Amino acid sequence: MGQIIQYIQSYLGSDQTPGAAGNMFWVLVYIMLVFTGLSVAVIAMNWLERKILAHMQVRLGPMRVGPHGLLQPIADAIKLLLKEDIMPAEADGLIFWVAPFVVVLAAFTTFVVVPFGPTHAITDMNIGILFMLGVSSLSVLGIVMAGWASNSHYPLIGALRSSAQMVSYEVAMGLAVVSAVLMTSLNAEGTGTLSMIGIVQAQQAQGEWFIFKFFPLGLIAFFIFAVAMVAETNRAPFDLAEAESELTAGFHTEYSGFRWSLFFLAEYSAMIAVSSIAVTLWLGGWLRPFPNLLSGTPWEQIFSVFPGVTFLFFAAMCFYNTVRMPKHPLFRVQTIGLAGFGVVLGLIGLILFVPAVSVRIQDIFWFAAKVSGFMYMYIWYRGTFPRYRFDQLMQMGWKVLLPMGLGVLILTAGVALLQPMIWHP
Amino acid sequence: MAPVATPFFFYLLSGIMLIGGILVITRKNPVHSALALIVTLLAQASIYLMLYAPFVAGVQIILYAGGIMVLFLFVIMLVSIDRSVRERQFNSQWVVGIIAATALGGLFVTVFIKGKEIFPEHALPMVENDNTQKIADLLYGAHTGQYMFAFEIASLLLLVAIIGAVVMAKKRI
Repeated sequence: MGQIIQYIQSYLGSDQTPGAAGNMFWVLVYIMLVFTGLSVAVIAMNWLERKILAHMQVRLGPMRVGPHGLLQPIADAIKLLLKEDIMPAEADGLIFWVAPFVVVLAAFTTFVVVPFGPTHAITDMNIGILFMLGVSSLSVLGIVMAGWASNSHYPLIGALRSSAQMVSYEVAMGLAVVSAVLMTSLNAEGTGTLSMIGIVQAQQAQGEWFIFKFFPLGLIAFFIFAVAMVAETNRAPFDLAEAESELTAGFHTEYSGFRWSLFFLAEYSAMIAVSSIAVTLWLGGWLRPFPNLLSGTPWEQIFSVFPGVTFLFFAAMCFYNTVRMPKHPLFRVQTIGLAGFGVVLGLIGLILFVPAVSVRIQDIFWFAAKVSGFMYMYIWYRGTFPRYRFDQLMQMGWKVLLPMGLGVLILTAGVALLQPMIWHP
Repeated sequence: MAPVATPFFFYLLSGIMLIGGILVITRKNPVHSALALIVTLLAQASIYLMLYAPFVAGVQIILYAGGIMVLFLFVIMLVSIDRSVRERQFNSQWVVGIIAATALGGLFVTVFIKGKEIFPEHALPMVENDNTQKIADLLYGAHTGQYMFAFEIASLLLLVAIIGAVVMAKKRI
């Protein structure tokens, strides 16, 4: 017993990730935390997407289940779990059964290397970014398996579209990633890194996020990635694999109930995963704004109140809407519920003001804030852009993004080579 | 960190690989064969990981996931699955097959027997933490880059293949 406690305690105070320290207990704890956080994020994203899309289209969105439809995702989840699980008679049983799990596994496994902070990652790999790209590219296999095994026309067409789209956009995406990885090598030793934590530390050491590096080269690479990542996750305006107007629901037409919800879960966690790649490579990962320029104790203290203030702001919004609730006995439960939600958010905010907590939570907060910016962009794209035609999509991938990616890569390498000669003779 | 290269994992992964490989050639449905091939290649990537070569493992996953994707599409578009399931499997190249298999098996057995003389006895240093950098040194290093020529020739071969594919696919460029 004493040995076990000692084993658990031995990791505390370490400046490594639990995976690098080799402490199995904390690895499991971190996996649980990441899994829970991801599921909560997917649920929140479900509600937010419907609400924000609705407001963009001057609708109210879900309003019935819970105050402002806050319990709608939970109601949906219960409905999906209780639904009948249908398998088409002529479907290929085993592949039909395995496909959703492949997609979910591919989406969740990538989070093994996502760095939420210098020590807040499950593990750090020498091939971090390569691992993320490789594993997330496996999800297309699951999609094609689902489309083929359904033994139906629309799913098959959706799956074929999805595979063609992912294979083409992966090339441009890879080139953009390589140009960011190239920037990590601009230090005294001249050795770059593929490790996700190493990439963020390189940005800290060089004193700027890679999006601003060699302006506008970093920005263009980021733009290529930002377009390619929407195509990789099959989201609007590139959601041809599940184009409702043409293909019913694309590759998951024949799926229902729990299996369908697995596809849903995988899609949203894949969105979070690629957003994390973009944040890590170009937006400084867990670093707060201006970590080098505005350093020192007073600035540290100013930035450490941000997490708490954010949650207090959400709580204040809840209370504002509580006051605006209709004063009718039928709305009493909803009003109390919304006030209770506000109280919970306010309490979380107050806890985040405790210095011991805010020091440990800060990196995670900034990472999550940047990723949620990307998630909002995803909803925004869906609300504003019309869907591309397939030939337009292919033209965009092969004739615009790929040459741009090659050009940026060559220019980045050239500037990186010339920089020490010109600016630091 | 405790080594993960235990015999248990080796036998597990090679077992998966062997079963996958056998399924590839025995399944009548070509889509099932392609999926079994993926299982085989993923198990192979895991063996690379176990040998402390994460870079090779990562590249294996990326390349073969895309490669198998294309194979999958070929199967879906070019092969009539209904017919191939009903058709009797035939193979008129069994003589060549047996000769090749015997030669390869003989090679494996020779390596297994003479392995102690060929390979150094001490364990190699684990380069897991800078595996990528070590590979880059071997390929492009100023003094250590001994494989650069072979690497570039291989990439030239791929370029030729790409151009060939474009020329064959498009009549008018």
